[in-house]
Amino acid sequence: MSTATLLAIRDLHVSYATGEGPLPAVRGVDLTVERGQIVGVAGESGCGKSTLASTVLRLQPPSATVSGEVLFDGHDVMTMRWGELRAVRWAGASIVFQGALHSLNPVHRIGAQIAEPLLVHDPSLGRRSIDERIEALLDQVGLDPARARSYPHQLSGGQKQRVMIAMALACDPELVVADEPTTALDVMVQAQVLGVLSGLVRERGVGMMMISHDLSVLAELCDRITVMYAGRVVEEGPAGKVFSAPIHPYSGALSAAFPRVGDPAARFSPAGLPGDPPDPRNLSAGCSFAPRCPRAAEICLRAEPVLTTHLDDRMAACVRIGQPDPLREPTEVAG
Amino acid sequence: MTPPQRSAELVASGLRVEFTTRAGRVAKALDGADLVVRAGEVVALVGESGSGKTTLARSLVGLTKPAAGEVTWDGKPMNRSARGLKSLRRQVQLVLQDPSGALNPRQTVYESVAEGLRVHKLVARSGKTEDELVAAALSSAGLRPPEGLFLRYPHELSGGQRQRVLIAGALAVQPQLLIADEPVSSLDASIRGEILALLLRLREELGLGVLVVTHDLGLAWNIADRIAVMYLGRVVESGPTEEVLTSPQHPYTQALLSVVPEMERLEPIVLRGEIPDPTRIPRGCRFHPRCPALASGEADEVADACRRTSLPILPSDPDGHRCACHLVASRARADAADEVSA
Amino acid sequence: MTAEVTAPRLSPRQLARRRRVASWKRGWTRFHAHRSGMVGLAVLVVFIAIALAAPLLADSSGLDVTQADGPILHAPTAGYPLGTDENGRSVLTLLIWGSRISLLVGLMATLISMVIGTLIGLVSGFFPGWVGRIFFRLTEWFLVIPYLPLAIALATVLGRSLVNIIIVIGVTSWPGTALLIRSQTLSIRERAYVERAEAIGAGRWHQMGRHVLPNVMPMIFANTTLTVAGAILAETTLSFLGLGDPTRTSWGTMLDSAFEVGAITTGCWWYIVPPGVCVVLVVLAFTLIGNALEEVLNPRLRGR
Repeated sequence: MSTATLLAIRDLHVSYATGEGPLPAVRGVDLTVERGQIVGVAGESGCGKSTLASTVLRLQPPSATVSGEVLFDGHDVMTMRWGELRAVRWAGASIVFQGALHSLNPVHRIGAQIAEPLLVHDPSLGRRSIDERIEALLDQVGLDPARARSYPHQLSGGQKQRVMIAMALACDPELVVADEPTTALDVMVQAQVLGVLSGLVRERGVGMMMISHDLSVLAELCDRITVMYAGRVVEEGPAGKVFSAPIHPYSGALSAAFPRVGDPAARFSPAGLPGDPPDPRNLSAGCSFAPRCPRAAEICLRAEPVLTTHLDDRMAACVRIGQPDPLREPTEVAG
Repeated sequence: MTPPQRSAELVASGLRVEFTTRAGRVAKALDGADLVVRAGEVVALVGESGSGKTTLARSLVGLTKPAAGEVTWDGKPMNRSARGLKSLRRQVQLVLQDPSGALNPRQTVYESVAEGLRVHKLVARSGKTEDELVAAALSSAGLRPPEGLFLRYPHELSGGQRQRVLIAGALAVQPQLLIADEPVSSLDASIRGEILALLLRLREELGLGVLVVTHDLGLAWNIADRIAVMYLGRVVESGPTEEVLTSPQHPYTQALLSVVPEMERLEPIVLRGEIPDPTRIPRGCRFHPRCPALASGEADEVADACRRTSLPILPSDPDGHRCACHLVASRARADAADEVSA
Repeated sequence: MTAEVTAPRLSPRQLARRRRVASWKRGWTRFHAHRSGMVGLAVLVVFIAIALAAPLLADSSGLDVTQADGPILHAPTAGYPLGTDENGRSVLTLLIWGSRISLLVGLMATLISMVIGTLIGLVSGFFPGWVGRIFFRLTEWFLVIPYLPLAIALATVLGRSLVNIIIVIGVTSWPGTALLIRSQTLSIRERAYVERAEAIGAGRWHQMGRHVLPNVMPMIFANTTLTVAGAILAETTLSFLGLGDPTRTSWGTMLDSAFEVGAITTGCWWYIVPPGVCVVLVVLAFTLIGNALEEVLNPRLRGR
């Protein structure tokens, strides 16, 4: 009914207050998700992607300082009144949390757990309509409806993940945020779960934001990918292109970490970055990726690069794109 | 044919490992597995959870006692006495999964690495001091300068560093074979390459053999000379990595390969259901309930065999490309018959 | 990754010792922050000081019944700050000297109890199969035997002496410790680093000594202080029941004597209250310290 973009995050900054000073988790991120679109957010530990996901439903911890806008269907989640926020939570947007294996309450049956958000939003629902809804949801994620009477420990990892997805769909949301939905799963089960997720988008026009460190999974499923590093966006563009022809050195490294089976160039040439993902409290001056970047130069240490448009429909935050590679030794890295 | 060389070989033949579940049923974690790993080569043991790959790795160093079958090292069967196991473990080292749990939180890096040296009393024999040997091991694992890490505790290190410390601990006893169980799955994606490059370097520079247990086919493509694919306790296909991953013969391998993300070459075959309960292994070919070839009718000529006749254990042929499948076997027979008659 | 620059190159063992000292200091700082633990520690230090300095505080001849020349069961006066007992001895002298016995018995009995309990707990937790099962059954069996009747029976059989009391308390209180150590051992045995030690080639004893024991130690440590409290209470009880050494004065024997001469009915509070209060204070001190120690040492137990 509304023509506004489903989700528009504008210049989001999130900082946690810790005993050792403020910890900047997200440092100026823009992101949009349209209806029927799947947007992937790629990054590793400490890049801020989970924090980003939590802000969509204003679930960030109370100690966090937030600035910027998170517009859901045109309304800013951060400044919504409580009643409006409650309506958005689960019925407007929902989250499939990371670590499904531990997110289910072991003492309640699956059916009861799926029914919970239904009852929270509409306490007047009758027993029959709840049961019908649960059956429909389980069917949609490819589970036998009889499973509603099982306890979590009776299900396998893949089945539990599907229950989490069913829970996320309970109130018919328009946006689903999936945080590392297939990380602990076998590759075959992963394929099944990805099939469920893409089916959702196709059939119901749900918008999806999918978070993962696995760039190949995102390239498989998503329309567009945003790559994050140290709290900022370093590359953004169509999914296939970002994976197969990245322009930012970090996206390049992330893509190379998932070698293509069958590619002769990938035989016996594992590619990785030295050092470790940065501690958000100890970011270096200038580009935060410079200490590990294979293409770092003097100019990189002066200022944090700004996200600019390169090529057609691609954005990257790197000043070295298009510059010739100097013939020099790589910079001394903290190993 | 290369003349048979006496290089150190770790061979598993017909291993069976069973355990009783709480419900009283017998679960077969390994149901007749064969494998050969030689010094100087990298073998990837690939499978999903429940395939038995970790159990096989643990049986190879004697951490799990098999109910049947045997493990041979350097031509001699595994001696399960305390002294025999100790001597085996000096030469075949297992690097465990989960670097954060595998290091004693109360021990410094130095002590964790020196432990192997002390247990096997290697310092006296080597002519060097203990800290020289520890420093050498840490350097081989890529941690430089090694002295800077001597006194650190595991919680002060990053995931990648902990993994390297574990590898250094294994290298300190100068083994001939390294078994790495999921060496990079808990590490951040961008640093995985470094650890994998380290394993390759160890093969180049020290002539180590490496058995990598993983669920990641991309990893196998990246560093393995040979690959063995496991399903429900048995090896179903094995051979040189390039051959197996570019022209897989077993329907399971084909399906697995087809669903690797961004695998453009193959049409995705998403198997239905999940790996069956190891207490109820299907009769006949253990894969037949989920086999797409059987379901599509492609395997009609051997359908009966698939459902009733169990397959022999795949012989551990160190160099060839073998596959445990009735369809593949019957096609091979047909080809051979054609060749004869042609 | 920075290299540690040390001017004279110390051996790794010396450096490791320095690190251990530093971690003790950290532990002390954390303990220091515990008000209740510090109070307990202060009280305990006072009592230990009194026990050690007994000869300086009160002449030992004051314990000799034949030399007693004070009034019998007299209320506190200037010369006898806590009054006198039924033999004319100063209660204060008895109290000060009694602290020695009570504390000594408590500590020695705890030592025996901890040694037996730790060994059996470790063995029953670490070794699978029939070895572990036998030791566990042993623990359960002893646990079920009612403590006091067993203590009385043993004391009666062994006779009334200090050493026997120590043995009795030690031998009857180890099962609780053994159970605790056993459950901790069971959980640590499953940790990945113990398995790694096995994969490296270490034998069972090495695994137990180098990996399981050091990680169980914090719990042993914290549990010991609580056991001492129990042991002192046990000695007091046994002495009060008349099983203590008649030739030595402890707080328990004082209570026994007071009871026998009817101090309660005659209102001789100075004979009953002081030893009772001392027992309570010491037990409380140990309990507070033990609780504080558990909180301080626990982050380590969580596998830091």
